Amino acid sequence: MLIACSAIYCLKNVRSADVISIVFNLLLCTHPFKKCELHRLDQGPPTQALLTREQGLKYYRTMQTMRRMELKADQLYKQKIIRGFCHLYDGQEACAVGIEAGINPSDHLITAYRAHGYTYTRGVSVKEILAELTGRRGGVAKGKGGSMHMYAKHFYGGNGIVGAQVPLGAGLALACQYKGNNEVCVTLYGDGAANQGQIFESFNMAALWKLPCIFICENNKYGMGTSVERASASTDYFKRGDFIPGLKVDGMDVLTVREATKFAADYCRSGKGPILMELETYRYHGHSMSDPGVSYRTREEIQEVRSKSDPISMLKDRMISNNMASLEEIKEIDVEIRKEIEEAAQFATSDPEPPLEELCNHIFYNEPPMEVRGTNPWSKLKSIS
Amino acid sequence: MDKIRNEQIRGTVKVEQFGDKAREARLRWFGRVLRRNRGYIGQRMLEMELPGRRRRGRPQRRFMDVVKVDMEMVGVKVEEAVDRARWRQMIHCDFQLLQVTVRDALNQAMDEELERDERVFLLGEEVAQYDGAYKVSRGLWKKYGDKRIIDTPISEMGFAGIAVGAAMAGLRPICEFMTFNFSMQAIDQVINSAAKTCYMSAGLQAVPIVFRGPNGASAGVAAQHSQCFAAWYGHCPGLKVVSPWNSEDARGLLKSAIRDDNPVVVLENELMYGVAFEVSEQGLSKDFTIPIGKAKVERPGNHVTLVSHSRMVGHCLDAAAVLAKEGIECEVINLRTIRPLDVETIEASVVKTNHLITVEGGWPQFGVGAEICARIMEGPAFNYLDAPVIRVTGVDIPMPYAKILEDNSTPQIKDIIFSVKKTLNM
Repeated sequence: MLIACSAIYCLKNVRSADVISIVFNLLLCTHPFKKCELHRLDQGPPTQALLTREQGLKYYRTMQTMRRMELKADQLYKQKIIRGFCHLYDGQEACAVGIEAGINPSDHLITAYRAHGYTYTRGVSVKEILAELTGRRGGVAKGKGGSMHMYAKHFYGGNGIVGAQVPLGAGLALACQYKGNNEVCVTLYGDGAANQGQIFESFNMAALWKLPCIFICENNKYGMGTSVERASASTDYFKRGDFIPGLKVDGMDVLTVREATKFAADYCRSGKGPILMELETYRYHGHSMSDPGVSYRTREEIQEVRSKSDPISMLKDRMISNNMASLEEIKEIDVEIRKEIEEAAQFATSDPEPPLEELCNHIFYNEPPMEVRGTNPWSKLKSIS
Repeated sequence: MDKIRNEQIRGTVKVEQFGDKAREARLRWFGRVLRRNRGYIGQRMLEMELPGRRRRGRPQRRFMDVVKVDMEMVGVKVEEAVDRARWRQMIHCDFQLLQVTVRDALNQAMDEELERDERVFLLGEEVAQYDGAYKVSRGLWKKYGDKRIIDTPISEMGFAGIAVGAAMAGLRPICEFMTFNFSMQAIDQVINSAAKTCYMSAGLQAVPIVFRGPNGASAGVAAQHSQCFAAWYGHCPGLKVVSPWNSEDARGLLKSAIRDDNPVVVLENELMYGVAFEVSEQGLSKDFTIPIGKAKVERPGNHVTLVSHSRMVGHCLDAAAVLAKEGIECEVINLRTIRPLDVETIEASVVKTNHLITVEGGWPQFGVGAEICARIMEGPAFNYLDAPVIRVTGVDIPMPYAKILEDNSTPQIKDIIFSVKKTLNM
C-alpha cells in the first residue's frame, strides 16, 4: 500500500478518477502460507508471495475455465458423445495453473493421462480440446488421439502408459542441457505411478547427469482405486528421489504452487541438477468416467475437500476479502466462461468427424507417400506424412 | 453379498419361468375345452357376455383376451387345437439353457480353481478390493481374502517377476495385466523368466504360471490401449497362448491354463466380457476343461473356411449367416489356441472347402494369419487350395480415436463377406 501511495504522489498531473483506478490496479496482496516440508534442502521457497490483481484474475479465470471444461466433458461423456477413456482434472486446477505461472512458455512440460488441464495451460483452446474429446477433425490431434493424446508446442502430452512419461521428461531435460538454452522440463506423475521402476531409473540418471528436470508428483491420495497406504511402502513421495532434493507443497493453493515451482525452476536452471516436488491435491471425480469414485472413499471426504480446500473458492475468497475484486466482477467472469465453454461444446458436437482419407496419414514424419494395407489384401490405402 | 442371477438358479435346477409355465397351462386347458363336444359348458363360458351394464373404467380382461395374446406369443391358431399331440408340442415351454457372460465364466473358473487348489492365487492391479478393473474378479477377495487375492501397486515389471518367482517355488499364480498393453512393461519377465526357464534348466525348473487380461481393441481407447499381442506372444517357444471367444471357451481354457504346469498367456477381450452365451450342463461342471492346442469347428460348411480367434469368431459367424442366404456355406473355425496352433483342423477343413480366409483383429505383418498361411503352404493342404489364402486383418496403423476412423481400422462383417466373394470369384 505504501508503494502505491508514494507512486501516486509523484504523478502530480494525474486526474482523481485515474488515481483511484491506478491505486486499484496496483493493489498488491501479500499472502502467507505454511512452510513446505523439505528433503535435502537447506532453504525452501519463500513463505510469502505477492499477487497482483491482474495475476489473481488471470489465475481465477484459467482455473474456472478448466473446471467448467472438465464438467462439460463429464456431461458430454454421460451423453455418450465422448467415448473411451476420460480422466477428469477437477479439484487439481491449482497445480496446473500454479506450475504454468512458475515457468516460462519456452520451458517444457509432460504429464500422464489426466492431461486436459495442462493442455489448456500450455496454450490449446477449449474448443480444440473438447473437439478432440469428441473425436472431430477440429480437435488438437485431428480426432486421432483422444483424451490421453493431446499435444502442443513444448507440451508433450498426454501419455497413456502409467509412468512412461517420466523417462521421456528426463530426456527432454537432457535435450535442454544439450542445447544449453537455460530451459527446464517439468515432468509430472501421480502417486500411483510413483511405484513404477522406470521413475527410479530416471531419478538416477537425472541426478547423475544433473539434468534440469523438475519431477512433480501430483499426490491425489488414490491410484485408481488404491489409496496411497495400500500401494506404497513410503508415502513421503517428495523423499522418494532419495539423493534428489525434494519439497512437499500444498497443491490446492495456486500461489504456493507458483512459488514452489519458481524455486524449483531456479534450482534447475542454476545447474544443480534435478529436483522433486510433491503436490498434495485431490480429484473430485473418480479415476475416470467409468469409476464412480465412491467405492474406495467416502462422499463425506469429497464434500469436505470441496467445502474447505477448493482451489477456486479459496482464490476467490482471498481476492474478495483483500478488495482485489468485487463479487460482481467474479460473477461476470463466470458468465463469460460459461458462454465460452458452451460455444466450444457446440463446436465440438457439430464439427464433422475426420474424413476417411485421414485414416492412414501421419504414420511417419517427413516421409514420401506410401501405401498401407487395409483390412484385406485388395484394400490399399494411401498414407502421407 | 453374493449376487446370483435368477436365470442361473433356474438353469441349474432346470426350472422354467413361472409365467411361461402358467401360459402353457392356460393354453393346454383352452385346447382341451375346444376339443370337447359342442355345448360343453366350458365352450359357452368362453364366449359368454356378462349381463347388465358395464362398470366405469377399463373393460375387464377376460380369459379369451389373455389366451389371444398367449397364442400370438407362442405362434399357434385356434384351428390347431384339434390335433392334441401337435397342440401340446407347440405350447410346451422348455427351461432355457443357462446364459453365462464371458466375465462370469472367467470369474467362476477362477473361483473354482482357487477352491480346488490351495496353491492357486491371483495378483494384479485392482483385482482385490476394487473387484477387478473390469469386474472379472468380483467377489473373489471377499471370499478368499488378502492371502489369495493380492492388490499390487502399479509396477508391472515388478509384480510379474514376483509372480514368476512364486511359480518357480511351487505356487500357481494367476498374474493379471489390466490390459495386455501394460504387459509390455513386463514382457521380459514373461519371456525370459517364465517361457525359457524350463528349457534352460533342462526340465529341472517348471513355471506353472498364468498371465491373463484383456487383449486387442476396445472402444475408443486410442492407440496405446488397443494393441493385439497374439502374434507377439505366439512367436515364443516355451509359452502357451490361448484366445477364448465365448463363455465356454473362457471357462474351459482358463481352467486348463491354471492346471497346466507351463506358462500360459490367456488373451481375453474386453468387448466380450459382457456378452452372454449358452453354456451346456457339461460346460458348467467344475472339472470342465478345454484342451490347449485344439481348435473347434463352430459352424460346418463346404465352400470356404474362415479361421479366426477371439471376438472375430463372432464376426465370422455373422458373415456366414449373411452368406448362407446367398447359398454360400462357410465353415467357421474357432482357433481357441494361438500357440500351439491346431493346423490339422485347418488342413482338414481346407481339404474339404479348397478356400481359406483368416480373420484377426491384430496387424497384418507377421501376424496370426501370416503364420497360418505359411503353415498351410508348407503342408499337404496346399495342393487342395483353389485360390491363395486371404488374410483379413486390422489396418496397418496405430489405432485412431475418432469413431469413424476406429470402426474402419478393424475387420467388419462386410470385409469378411467381400473377401469370401472375392476368393470364390463372385
